[in-house]
Amino acid sequence: MLLRHTPTEIKERTALNINPAKTCQPVGAMYAGLGIQGCLPHSHGSQGCCAYHRSALTRHYKEPVSAATSSFTEGASVFGGQANLVQAIENIFTVYEPDVIAVHTTCLSETIGDDLNQIVDKAQKEGKIPAGKNVVFASTPSYVGSHVTGFSNMVKGTVTGLAESTGKKNHKVNIIPGWVEPSDMEEIKRLTAMVGVPFIMLPDTSGVLNGPMTGKYEMFPKAGTPVADIKSTGDSMGTLALGEWCSADAARALDSKFKVPCRVLDMPIGLKATDRFVDTLRIVGGTSVPESVMFERGQLLDMMADYHQYFFDKKVALVGDPDQLIALTEFLLTLDMKPMHIVTGTPGKKFEDRIKELCAEKGYEPNVRAKGDMFLLHQWIKNEPVDLLMGNTYCKYIARDEDLPFVRFGFPILDRPGHQYFPSVGYKGGMRLAEKIVGQLLDRKDRDAPEETFELVL
Amino acid sequence: MAVEKKKKVMNADAVKEELLKKYPPKVARKRAKQIHITGEEGNSEIMANVRTIPGIITMRGCTYAGCKGVILGPTRDIVNITHGPIGCGFYSWLTRRNQTKAPSATSDNFMPYAFSTDMQDEDIIFGGEKKLEQACLEAYEIFKPGAMAIFATCPVGLIGDDVHAVARKMKEKLGINVFAFSCEGYKGVSQSAGHHIANNQIFTHVVGEKDVEIPGEYKINVLGEYNIGGDAFEIERILEKCGITMVSTFSGNSTYDQFATAHTADLNTVMCHRSINYVAEMMETKYGIPWIKINFIGAEATAKSLRKIAQYFGDKKLIDRVEEVIAEEMPAVTAVQDEVFPHTKGKTAMLFVGGSRAHHYQELFNEMGMKTLSAGYEFGHRDDYEGRHVIPDIKVDADSRNIEELEIEQDPTRFKPRKTEAELAKLAEEGFGFKEYEGMMPEMDSQSIVIDDLNQYEADKLVELMKPDIFCAGIKEKFSIQKMGVPMKQLHSYDYGGPYAGFKGAINFYQDIKRMVTSKVWSGMKAPWEENPELSATYVWE
Repeated sequence: MLLRHTPTEIKERTALNINPAKTCQPVGAMYAGLGIQGCLPHSHGSQGCCAYHRSALTRHYKEPVSAATSSFTEGASVFGGQANLVQAIENIFTVYEPDVIAVHTTCLSETIGDDLNQIVDKAQKEGKIPAGKNVVFASTPSYVGSHVTGFSNMVKGTVTGLAESTGKKNHKVNIIPGWVEPSDMEEIKRLTAMVGVPFIMLPDTSGVLNGPMTGKYEMFPKAGTPVADIKSTGDSMGTLALGEWCSADAARALDSKFKVPCRVLDMPIGLKATDRFVDTLRIVGGTSVPESVMFERGQLLDMMADYHQYFFDKKVALVGDPDQLIALTEFLLTLDMKPMHIVTGTPGKKFEDRIKELCAEKGYEPNVRAKGDMFLLHQWIKNEPVDLLMGNTYCKYIARDEDLPFVRFGFPILDRPGHQYFPSVGYKGGMRLAEKIVGQLLDRKDRDAPEETFELVL
Repeated sequence: MAVEKKKKVMNADAVKEELLKKYPPKVARKRAKQIHITGEEGNSEIMANVRTIPGIITMRGCTYAGCKGVILGPTRDIVNITHGPIGCGFYSWLTRRNQTKAPSATSDNFMPYAFSTDMQDEDIIFGGEKKLEQACLEAYEIFKPGAMAIFATCPVGLIGDDVHAVARKMKEKLGINVFAFSCEGYKGVSQSAGHHIANNQIFTHVVGEKDVEIPGEYKINVLGEYNIGGDAFEIERILEKCGITMVSTFSGNSTYDQFATAHTADLNTVMCHRSINYVAEMMETKYGIPWIKINFIGAEATAKSLRKIAQYFGDKKLIDRVEEVIAEEMPAVTAVQDEVFPHTKGKTAMLFVGGSRAHHYQELFNEMGMKTLSAGYEFGHRDDYEGRHVIPDIKVDADSRNIEELEIEQDPTRFKPRKTEAELAKLAEEGFGFKEYEGMMPEMDSQSIVIDDLNQYEADKLVELMKPDIFCAGIKEKFSIQKMGVPMKQLHSYDYGGPYAGFKGAINFYQDIKRMVTSKVWSGMKAPWEENPELSATYVWE
């Protein structure tokens, strides 16, 4: 057993996190920055943070992830990181020539109290930021929230730093997709275009973190949200924020600063959440849902019906990020599955309430924990076994020890391809998730069936 | 008709000039000293172990990564608690591929676990010592480990949490060894500082803790081997076959007890000079164990290292056994070597990794007839490039001064010279070198480009200008290089393959590199309509 020391008996811990179900803010900020066209994310801290975040994102996306660092030494930590950041800005614009630098802080620069507003202002005044280029920034202390919070803060920092109001509406809808895969962002764009609603999506990592092999490396591929579009978000008709944890803050910032009204929706994972997304798009865009979208919806529903007997009443353990888990739990419930243990490392009592509410409709109370860890999830599974485990690659240790069917979902996925190319949002994404789930459940059934009941057709 | 494109070979000076051209003057001046062309008359010095310039996309990591990630990470039976916000503990959780093999299904193996105090803002404001104590108690309650280690992250040093005081208190309270590392990420200029800090604390708190005589005739420690991809398993296999007893490894597939009894070995063999030479030096001063540099990367290098160990012990039985083992192992190696050689001969490589690997792996490429055009370390010092003879000349700057140098004295009871003066003289006469490391540069061809702390801009430029057949570095560099159509071999994680050490490792490496440099994947870059872009007016069916 790999996790041989995990006991069934659960002791309440107040200080020790074991096998985290989250990581720290800056990696989320780095990911968000990569979704801006021509942007180099910058980590204001010691260089290990940047190395770790780049490695984590690279292992997940299997794509180049460029980002710079202020390379703090002991001196900078004592005297403040201003000189390092100003120098970094100058070097970055000279050597790498991005259009935008998206600076995020770390626990180091936060603890010593570096003020990004003031430092970037100084760089501006000293002429270190070439004309037409931009530096956006966000405060992302690692000791608050999680990687999800960092993503949210950077998106918010980007719109507050770049968005403008010209007084003339652009007749577009802003869509903030949340921390989803590049493939998911592509799918949200496709679905929105199908419904016929003009939009600006921010951030947009499609084409950045699932790019082609061409023989040429482009540090800044022609993808991501263009700066002009980000500026224009202040002139939009409204904002759809997909996910309370990932996207709501930026949407609300646009609302309070530019009176761009916002709606916060669940991430469009599964039938119902996608329905609500499409329905909202139709209403805010004043369009009607085309037959082609109805067709995809019908296909998902068809698949759900065809394989319903295998989904029915199967117990599931889930770990991941709040926005994804809420929508996923709802989807599993729609499939008549039974999410039993649900853990996120990200804090937020609202998460627990929402999950309980969803399950209450089915008449049961699940084990749910925000600010939990994977050690707790494993112990819950030991106490009440499940039929399926869904979560990031670290779950494979639990899956192996407990001999559980396992569907990879969330961040990070370090050991299988596909997530960056094939979506799990929208109706198509729902089909992909359903396919994966049923595939795992039936592989298990095939593996375990006695010879006399081994079935050809399922 | 396909036109054979001629590879334009750019000379080293022109490449260097090209690399520096775009930098602001201050950056260019510094980088110029870190880019060295070998074989130039009167110039053998490279600048290394200096700060990375802010904003330059470095390959380097931090002190915490060097300490917790590299040195202590591979040890299976110590509960390693990261004191800090969640990120550092998360990123160093199982990502370095240190394999370990616990002797039984119930033996301690904490490697699949990540332990962290997950500091929150209130801990930063009011201090985190209480939380750390509580975390230690909770860890002990659940896991009952034989030892615990605490690792400080950036904010810990800044807010003044005394991790060592907590360790002392917990040691007393729990009755097990608990020790701490002040390895905040901002210390030093790279991972290297973390190695040094790890060496110091392991030496102070663990080495010599158990005076247990380990049975065996020829007892050695293998230092600076981290069991990436099972390298240590292969080295253990070979040593065992030779009848050499491995008392400890620092720290691939290691245990607490190995460290605690390391002082009973009769020879320290050093693989990764950069990360571990401090422990070797300290063990020599305190316990009288001499150290030699060895290298198990490359079949020839492995054979040479085994012979060196045998020569040290000077026992005919061992010398003969080592020759027998080499004779038994080599045919399989040369068979594969012969098979891959026609495919790899004359191909070119670049290596930018670690503090030893960029040197050691040149051996393997040499064995395949491949030439290393350019190489460099992420966190090496001048001695790793130029040889240990330059150590007295290395300027100690403020960043290095921040890392403690321990004052070590002879152990009053346990110091024992392993060799008599006469024996040492005899070995010296035979040309046997203790504490010798010549570094990477003397072994490279003239006009090779050696680059310290290579950054992304320079890496991309080098590939563009020199088009090597393979590029070796880490995960962060992998995909930008491959986008350019050049296969990239990770030499930190081995691309999840390996082992590459020892005889079997050499075979694996030959085969992997042959696969990569002959792969057809890279030739698919152009679609047929790009190869033959002639326009056609109508549908052409014939």
